[in-house]
Amino acid sequence: METQEEVQVMPKLPRLGEPAPEFEAVTTHGTLKLSDFKGSWLILFSHPADFTPVCTTEFIGFAQIHDKLREMNCELMGLSIDSVYSHIAWARNVEEKMGQKLTFPIIADLNKDVATKYGMVMPGESSTETSRCVFVIDDKQIVRAMIYYPLSTGRNMDEMLRLIQALQTVDKHGVATPANWRPGDQVIVPPPKTQEMAEERVKEKGMECKDWYFCKKDL
Amino acid sequence: MACVNPDGTITASAKALLGAASEPMSPEELAGKIGQPLFRVRSSLRELTGAGLLEESGEKYVATEQGKAKLKEG
Repeated sequence: METQEEVQVMPKLPRLGEPAPEFEAVTTHGTLKLSDFKGSWLILFSHPADFTPVCTTEFIGFAQIHDKLREMNCELMGLSIDSVYSHIAWARNVEEKMGQKLTFPIIADLNKDVATKYGMVMPGESSTETSRCVFVIDDKQIVRAMIYYPLSTGRNMDEMLRLIQALQTVDKHGVATPANWRPGDQVIVPPPKTQEMAEERVKEKGMECKDWYFCKKDL
Repeated sequence: MACVNPDGTITASAKALLGAASEPMSPEELAGKIGQPLFRVRSSLRELTGAGLLEESGEKYVATEQGKAKLKEG
């Protein structure tokens, strides 16, 4: 007697430092693949639903920082479990009623394909809506940062910009950034990983050290 | 479809892309020439190639005779 084994594939959620899950999705800018964004950074973010107030403030906020993000070679793409017709109607409504044109694509993830791959649905909040998730994907399509916010609380656009600036600074200069870092502030020199390097570090010039593991410098 | 309407006509951005691809160009060259983001150009190239209006040669794209005729339709 043949038995049919059910193979359950556990979803693998994105992890920092690993390739972002590839997808192909219907968007307000046509069918897009994640690989279409190769070569530029991408902020992929989800929102619970079109035609809701907190989401509207966030979309206005994202649109207002879009130019600055593009100057940093960073694109934007939104997502919710709504149809592309709902997205188009909402984008037109935001432009007409709020005076803000939405210039980035929005994924219509009706089959929850992308939401599932990226772990955007939090059943404790809602089983039919994505929470407020942000995935920062670099120009090599690696996940570099993730932010998860609840349905109730809008995200901070200054932090989105600051995060991209910080990550790109880290990549360019091989440094780390301290709490509350802003462009122009001192950066952290990565701590030495061997005793020999620690001994050399305390003798190094050109940086300010509180101790062998805690050194800052100007860029 | 983002480039080809149900009635077979093409959008303004598709016309710009076809017009720019009169000689073989890479996606990056096309994006720079028409001022569209690279991700949109890549998506459009996929669609227009599938519709037979562009052909891919190596990593460059050029308008086909069908594509050139579509441009003339206006």
